[in-house]
Amino acid sequence: MNLLLQQLINGLFIGSVYGLFAVGYTLVFGVLDILNLAHPAVFTLGGLTALWLVETAGLRLWQAFPIAVLVAGLLGLLLDRVAFAPLRQRADTYFSGLISSIAMAIMFESVALGLFGAHTVRFPANTVPLHIWRFAGVTVTSLQVEIVAVALLLMVGLTQFLKHSRTGKAIRAVAENDRMARLLGIHVDGIIAFTFFISSALGGAAGILFGLYFDSLSPDMGRSIELKGLAVIVLGGMGSIPGAIAGGLAFGLSEVLTVAITGTSNLRDAVAFAVLFAILLLRPSGILGRGRMREA
Amino acid sequence: MAQLSYFFSVYGSLVNFIGINALLALSLYVTLSAGQLSLGNAAFAGIGGYTAGILTTRFGVPYMMSLLAGALVAALVGFLLGMPVLRLRGVFLAMATLSFGEVVRIAAVNLKITGGAEGLMGMPTHTKTWFIYLMIIGVCYFLAKLRYSSVGWSFESIREDETAASAMGINTTYYKTLAFTIGAFIAGLAGAMYAHLNYIITPGEFGFSAAVNLLIYCIVGGSRVWYGPVLGAALLTALPEILRGIGVTAGPIRMFVNGLILLIVILFLPNGLVSLFQHRKTADASVLACVGIGEE
Repeated sequence: MNLLLQQLINGLFIGSVYGLFAVGYTLVFGVLDILNLAHPAVFTLGGLTALWLVETAGLRLWQAFPIAVLVAGLLGLLLDRVAFAPLRQRADTYFSGLISSIAMAIMFESVALGLFGAHTVRFPANTVPLHIWRFAGVTVTSLQVEIVAVALLLMVGLTQFLKHSRTGKAIRAVAENDRMARLLGIHVDGIIAFTFFISSALGGAAGILFGLYFDSLSPDMGRSIELKGLAVIVLGGMGSIPGAIAGGLAFGLSEVLTVAITGTSNLRDAVAFAVLFAILLLRPSGILGRGRMREA
Repeated sequence: MAQLSYFFSVYGSLVNFIGINALLALSLYVTLSAGQLSLGNAAFAGIGGYTAGILTTRFGVPYMMSLLAGALVAALVGFLLGMPVLRLRGVFLAMATLSFGEVVRIAAVNLKITGGAEGLMGMPTHTKTWFIYLMIIGVCYFLAKLRYSSVGWSFESIREDETAASAMGINTTYYKTLAFTIGAFIAGLAGAMYAHLNYIITPGEFGFSAAVNLLIYCIVGGSRVWYGPVLGAALLTALPEILRGIGVTAGPIRMFVNGLILLIVILFLPNGLVSLFQHRKTADASVLACVGIGEE
């Protein structure tokens, strides 16, 4: 019983990181209807930049975190300017945008490889002071609590930002109908660029938290979360922020529960993808989706 | 002749890989020519490869029979998968086929008969270079013929506008499933030949990155004519050797060049590298064909 409780808590922790990653993924999809496959590469570069700042530049983690997040956001701007903006007027923009994001992902990953090498690295041992709490047979570390707190804070912050701020409303207007938004005097191009900035900044933050949680970072770490992120945003409904958060948590839980039930980690991903496949066939708009399917 | 045999002793395996990759790219070309973005073709190759490999190693089935069986099993799976998933469009179809591919890969890792994560070993190396290229010629001939048949025109019309095609009385479900099944057949054939080229196949070779690579071959070469994917596969498979020839040995730079080529092609040559060789006149003709004028 305690073991199960422990697994559930672990699932919640990792699920919050998945959620944070997926929120950025789904934000761009919601606004542009484009799948940004370079998101996992930004995630990797965010984590590795934070590591470099801590290890080589000698910053504390709380200083390195915002700088690395900013760097990730700037990568998002670069992505938009180089890979997406030139294709925006093209008829097959969904398809060509997908391809150019793959191209950017390959280039980002090669930059990560060139700068940081192919080996697995980790944050220095005392980056985060560690406390361990035990109650009712369940172990929780302060690091886990901090990761969940940061992830939830960012996700709630984004939701509030989109709901109440002027820019957030503009983003939602562009997502709804970009032509109408333009007619209403919204600077659509700027809003899209800003959306990429936020999306990538969140992706970078997820990369840092992921690296701290698993205590390892490598240039190909984006690949392990790329497909999970896709599964999460489909599960939650493409373009839905609350859906991505809920989907991330559900995915984290399903992973640990599969391991707990089958006793091995072999089938962990199979269950996730089988669920993804079933949802696509039965309810393509996802659990919290907007009820209509885009012909992207 | 001596030079030729020297060339083959050095580059023989490269020539073989180019051939296999070209066949796989052609399999995706068929699906793309009907406007359907599939990321499942690597998995179909895996199904073909494992089927053929298991038949020759466990049951002593002759090589040619195993190739046919591999291709047919892949086509059957493609047909059964195609019926439900082809209702989805664009990115959603890509994700459904992608999750199918992951489930196939994970199944290959976990099943006993496929040899698990270490892969399936002991296939007789019966696939010869001349046979690979004979198959490519055969497939190319078939596809070139298909393009100007009524089936080919139906594919083309679905690609241009699915709603309009069905309004014209084209049974879009039938033709999409047909394109999917033909693609799966060719992929299964290529996978079966690959299994008997190398003595060993592993599940990782048919995963997500393999599926993305096939897409890149088609895009870089050009997915509107049958020789585009062949050109793309040949160029990108040989690229590491070409770069080595001009003195670039670092892995990250090779990867970067790969990404850069893809980006440049999608930004400036949306119809692939083959559009460089086509006369402007034919390019204009295809534009006219798109809007429905000219061309008998």
